[in-house]
Amino acid sequence: MATDLKTSNTKVKTAAAAKPSVPTRDLNGAEVLVAALINQGVDNVFAYPGGASMPIHQALTKFKTQVRTILPRHEQGGGFAAEGYARATGKVGVCIATSGPGATNFVTCLADAKLDSIPMVAITGQVARHFIGSDAFQETPIVEVCRAITKHHFMITNFEDIPRIVKEAFHIASSGRPGPVLIDFPKDVQLEKSKGEINYDPEMDLPGYHPECKAVSTSLVRKTIAAIRESKKPILYVGGGAISSECSAELYTFAKAAGIPVAMTLMGLGAFPGSDDQSLHMLGMHGTVYANYAINDADLLLAFGVRFDDRVTGKLAEFAQHGKVVHVDNDASEIHKNRFADIAIHGDLKEVLQALNAAWTEADKPDTKAWHKQIAEWKAKFPLRYNDPGRDLILGQHAIDELYRLTKTQDVYMAVGVGQHQMWAAQFYKFDKPRRWMSSSGLGSMGFGLPCAMGVQAALPEKLVIDIDGDGSFLMNVQELATIHCEKLPVKIFLLNNQHLGMVMQWEDRFMKGNRAHTYLGPIDNPEAEGKGTGDHTELYPNFVQMAKSFGVNARSVAKKSELESAIKEMIETPGPFLLDVICPYQEHVLPMIPGGKGVRDIITE
Amino acid sequence: MVRRRRGGVDLANAPNLWEFARPPSIMKHVLSALVVNQPGVLAHISGMLASRAFNIDSLAVGATENPEFSRMTFVVHGTEKTLDQVRKQLEKIITVVKVIDFSNQNFVERDLMLIKVSTEAGTRSQVKELAEIFRGRIVDVGTGHVMIEISGPERKIEAFIDMMRPFGIIELVRTGRIALLRSAELPPQDEDEAGAGVPADEPPPEAVV
Repeated sequence: MATDLKTSNTKVKTAAAAKPSVPTRDLNGAEVLVAALINQGVDNVFAYPGGASMPIHQALTKFKTQVRTILPRHEQGGGFAAEGYARATGKVGVCIATSGPGATNFVTCLADAKLDSIPMVAITGQVARHFIGSDAFQETPIVEVCRAITKHHFMITNFEDIPRIVKEAFHIASSGRPGPVLIDFPKDVQLEKSKGEINYDPEMDLPGYHPECKAVSTSLVRKTIAAIRESKKPILYVGGGAISSECSAELYTFAKAAGIPVAMTLMGLGAFPGSDDQSLHMLGMHGTVYANYAINDADLLLAFGVRFDDRVTGKLAEFAQHGKVVHVDNDASEIHKNRFADIAIHGDLKEVLQALNAAWTEADKPDTKAWHKQIAEWKAKFPLRYNDPGRDLILGQHAIDELYRLTKTQDVYMAVGVGQHQMWAAQFYKFDKPRRWMSSSGLGSMGFGLPCAMGVQAALPEKLVIDIDGDGSFLMNVQELATIHCEKLPVKIFLLNNQHLGMVMQWEDRFMKGNRAHTYLGPIDNPEAEGKGTGDHTELYPNFVQMAKSFGVNARSVAKKSELESAIKEMIETPGPFLLDVICPYQEHVLPMIPGGKGVRDIITE
Repeated sequence: MVRRRRGGVDLANAPNLWEFARPPSIMKHVLSALVVNQPGVLAHISGMLASRAFNIDSLAVGATENPEFSRMTFVVHGTEKTLDQVRKQLEKIITVVKVIDFSNQNFVERDLMLIKVSTEAGTRSQVKELAEIFRGRIVDVGTGHVMIEISGPERKIEAFIDMMRPFGIIELVRTGRIALLRSAELPPQDEDEAGAGVPADEPPPEAVV
């Protein structure tokens, strides 16, 4: 397992190191931009053209042997695809749009990448410099709009700056705590002609950017190890930082040597193998009972690459209140932000884990026999479970359980939308490797699944890429069915169709006496719209199978549990993209659940 | 690093030290940020402060000896935890080169004010006298008012405003605070202590307009 992870990490790094050759003379600004992207190792961009970005598209055709341009059907789809590309590979994802509405369609994607710390460079066309500020056609001050939702932003105002800005953008996006960078590119600069030789490797001018962390302090490593040695109930609380620092192998070695159970955040799934006995799976609002009980009882919390988000902690004052906290993060502003850290290590998680592993001795291993016994009891008493529907119906949880059973040997890359299906996927699909699980976690952007999956598929054409989606989420970026067909991206869509906005509906049922408030997705004259139906799906709207077929995507529907296995097999085995419309009853809730702002003692399991 | 007072607190039993160890006392801090002098930096910083709901009492910006950089001086109000966040969030902004917290350090702070005071009631000589005591300068005289320029630490400026109130303040404008650390080798001076009514330490005005 550990060796396997190491090799896959190295591969990504060597691929990024090779520098392709690009012309250095007689180019216009747009061509310099594209050449600079290629020089950064970009092999795929997701770009939707428009008036202010046409020169970039012309340039992209000039370099088409070096960079593939995928045409999404909406800029938001392109932005999420770039995120998918980045999440699956660790490389910087690139998306391009025109000015005005094209640019504003990136807003959600940038905010999404910011909250989940995804390296991404978004390039927007802008009106010519002399039009800026005049309310010109398709002019928006996109840099102003996006300041707070990007890691950094540039507007190119001089031709000579293009290679430097591209280099800086990639450096900022991918180093330290990764994040999205916006480059706004006025059309007249795109069309300007080069005068001399272009240097694609100019010196960067970033006096205020210092992503590198200090070398790991040996005294803090010693203190951490001493805290572990003295602990009786240690727990690892691991998040997205473990994915982006590519430290799964080190984490595995450490957790195994110290015998510490591992709970993961939604962003951290796959950092430690989900099928391992030591995994407590996901913690937090919809995490497992045993992970949340363990966190609550722990006397030492090793918080690695996490930010104590409210969906994890619930009521902050009650979160892990008996535990001493060791917090490792490469973003200094996360340390002590929500929770005071008794041992605060501002550093790269991979380096910290390497230092811990190097300093670790067998004598440091704490006596955790009783702790493991307690956890095993919780695991036996409160497993993830769901009820048998009694009839030949497919519950969402069961659908994902089956999908896992039938695909777990195939190294699946999984993207999800946002809602019940997302949580069930996080609970019932076990990821053994990092970068296999792609979820809009911090922002919770519905419509994320399909475009993200297509970005993953573009990066990894040979892999099995599945979008687990809900009918509400799927419809938000359904236009990307055209992209997966036209661009030959064989994404599989596993659609849990319950005709409702399930997560909101679940809250209505739990906290609002079941009053249906715009959570039924069928016609308004259907009694279900007011929660007064029979509870069975009397009509299904829309017809997703017909819809997919009209886009040229193969599809079938399945509503019977007895037919699910053959339907999943058909989905996997049919060449090209495929939509499997899984009709599910809507009465199911995502459980366990800790209501927002509450603590572990308020956990709902029934 | 973060300054923390940990005296006598049992860490193992103090899960949330920020709230636990000390009552969240509100403090005023003067922060100084060296930033890259390019368009949008001020908007970025003020947007960050607003979106994270940090309260800023004053903000002054100006070029430095190096035209590539500007210096911003903030006066921030909040608990130590808030201030720690403000500083770290400022440092995270790519165009912010360096942030210094002047609190507990030996620094000089100044505020500059222009104040227009009514002299309709024949009070010009009284106003002039007070301005002189405060080492202010009269920079404009009208038939019914004078305009005074005065600089100094915040308390001095506020004391002067209080003194002018009875005469009738027509309008006033302040720059907000600017501050710089003193050289370490010089002995500290006491002008920061200058309280209400105490004249400031600057040399006497060279000319009164």
